[in-house]
Amino acid sequence: MFKRTLLACTLLAASQPGFAQDDLAAIRQEIARMKADYETRIAALEAKLKETEDRSVGGAVHTAASHDHDHSRGFNPDVSLILQGRYAQRDDLPERGLTGFLPAGHAHGSERGFSVDHSELVLSADIDPSFRGYANLALIDQSVEVEEAWFQTLGLGGGFSLKGGRFYSGLGYLNERHPHAWDFVDAPLMYQALFGERFAHDGVQLKWLAPTETFLQFGLEAGKGDAYPGANSNTSGIGAFSAFAKLGGDAGPSHSWRAGLAYLSANPKARAAHWADANGDEVSTAFTGDAKAWIADVVWKWAPQGNPKQRNLTLQAEYFQREESGQLACSGAGTLCAADPADQHRSKQSGWYAQGVYQFMPRWRAGLRYERLDSGTLDFGALPLDAPDYRPDKASLMLDWSPSEFSRIRLQFARDRSMQGISENQVTLQYIMSLGAHGAHTF
Amino acid sequence: MRKWWWLCLLVLPWPAQAALNVLACEPEWAALTRELAGDKADVASATSALQDPHRIEARPSLIARARRADLVVCSGAGLEIGWLPVLLRESANPRIQPGQPGHFLAADFVALLDRPQRVSRAEGDVHPEGNPHIQTDPRNIARVAEALARRLAQIDPAHAAYYAARQADFAKRWQAAQLRWAERAARLRGVRVVSQHNGFPYLYQWLGLVEVATLEPKPGLEPSAAHLASVAAALKATPARLIVRAAYQPARPSEWLAERSGLPVAVLPFTVGGSDRATDLFGLFDDTLDRLLAAAP
Repeated sequence: MFKRTLLACTLLAASQPGFAQDDLAAIRQEIARMKADYETRIAALEAKLKETEDRSVGGAVHTAASHDHDHSRGFNPDVSLILQGRYAQRDDLPERGLTGFLPAGHAHGSERGFSVDHSELVLSADIDPSFRGYANLALIDQSVEVEEAWFQTLGLGGGFSLKGGRFYSGLGYLNERHPHAWDFVDAPLMYQALFGERFAHDGVQLKWLAPTETFLQFGLEAGKGDAYPGANSNTSGIGAFSAFAKLGGDAGPSHSWRAGLAYLSANPKARAAHWADANGDEVSTAFTGDAKAWIADVVWKWAPQGNPKQRNLTLQAEYFQREESGQLACSGAGTLCAADPADQHRSKQSGWYAQGVYQFMPRWRAGLRYERLDSGTLDFGALPLDAPDYRPDKASLMLDWSPSEFSRIRLQFARDRSMQGISENQVTLQYIMSLGAHGAHTF
Repeated sequence: MRKWWWLCLLVLPWPAQAALNVLACEPEWAALTRELAGDKADVASATSALQDPHRIEARPSLIARARRADLVVCSGAGLEIGWLPVLLRESANPRIQPGQPGHFLAADFVALLDRPQRVSRAEGDVHPEGNPHIQTDPRNIARVAEALARRLAQIDPAHAAYYAARQADFAKRWQAAQLRWAERAARLRGVRVVSQHNGFPYLYQWLGLVEVATLEPKPGLEPSAAHLASVAAALKATPARLIVRAAYQPARPSEWLAERSGLPVAVLPFTVGGSDRATDLFGLFDDTLDRLLAAAP
């Protein structure tokens, strides 16, 4: 009210003759300013009113619902459930594997016909100002597998962050990704040969991000080492160790890239596997020694003006080399290993995959992947074991459709020659549905 | 000599220890920070006007920038939900984590519109907190500017007076500009429009425009042929004067409808950098009005 009185007074004063032109202009400006000021306030009030109306229309249920979904303010963790299932056309093979590679003993999704893959339940939240927690549980019939369960520091400073618990190792490009984030139905042969599917530590990870303009990150991980290529690590020390470095950046507004180099060392004890003796009979083997692997990965992404919503292209490739050396024992009644012999074993193997995935229009992507492994040198010493020299390879073509960020349906054709003498045509139709919290757009 | 290989790292561009390091999520907040902090801040924007701010990935270059940031300035209200949390986590930078002074969300300082009645993904990419595209109303910019200036002073108290003075100067110029805009836009009041994405409720509220339809069937979902046809049919019953789309959005849906209905399309910059003239916040609104006025003569 005071302002209005003031306004009236100034107007009255202004109407008096002899008032300077400058003053008039100043007063006009003042009035205009006040008018704008009032308008702003009225608009704010209108907005508030509208908000209140909206609330009262929605009623108590609506308020509760919006509270539940308030990611940043609710105490409840972000929850998401990922549903995955498929129809797969496969040959009826008694046992699957990669010829020339000691099996990792992990066969995911090799079922024929209709099947429900494991469903992933993911919970995550900031625990307090210092820590964040994350759990990923795979629900399978009659069992729950803890895929990941870890805490991570939030405020260590200096670019350091520490993770502890069970976590997917940061080596390679694909290793940290869960199956629902893969671009193809299955993991590359290279990951199957190296880790079964992927490598998880039960241990700690320390990462350091350099304060540079170019992305430069180093990581060290130490863990128990029970997971393949480790096994039965009964030690108070470190059973598996890995280290990685990653470098990345942009090349103009439309291109971005990342390249990495990683090393893994594990000490398996009596790691069990099936193999064939020189006659082709199945024997059991146990390996104790050192397993080392190097992985190089590179990813290049393109999107017009950096806007991937309409069209985008991702090219990625990874290469590995693995060396194992130690003591190998074999056994099997009625085979050449009946006397349970043991001898020095050495192997040096390698492999790679390269893939491109192109989103040619919103919702639709097509991808092509080619991969090849080299069984390399397999030295079994004096053991009567088969040492095949073979290069498994596989070509996959996929097409997927994602009506939104939360659902995806994929069709994949693959010609798989991972086993010597078998050339299999695979057809898979897969769905991936994600309920709940918004997924993360990782690079 | 081999063991000195790591010296190569020194060749990488290390940052100059200069002013406050600010990472803005969107160009409008980068522009506002520049207005308020002048040469006391080194400001970068994570996205450009030609990128859909919902759909960005936490690229390595962005993580590297977040690592060095003293302050992140973002829209909030869930706009960056897909990538900002990843960016903050990967940055390993305690200064910019939620709850810290270095974490500034513009939506916390304005009244949000379009709070959804029903929070369900069946409604598309809805934001439970309300519509996050607050930068299209200059009155919101003014409110955020006040809060941001205070935040800059809190983070960098040595230059508190400098930020306050720049804020006062900006507020004065902004006020004057708002008067100019309000006068020019008076005849837009009540004009009925069709939008491609529900990205402009704040602009419409400010100018009194009336949205009669959107080309996206649900927020964030691509316009389908069937939905476009239904919009075209509905426009016969409730006609509109123009179609509005943001610069970062694909041209096809709005052009299809323009061809069908004969309505003009106003391609609005949406944020700083969205058009040749939208080089700063003042240019953004000058150009937005020009384009609306040109499309609705």
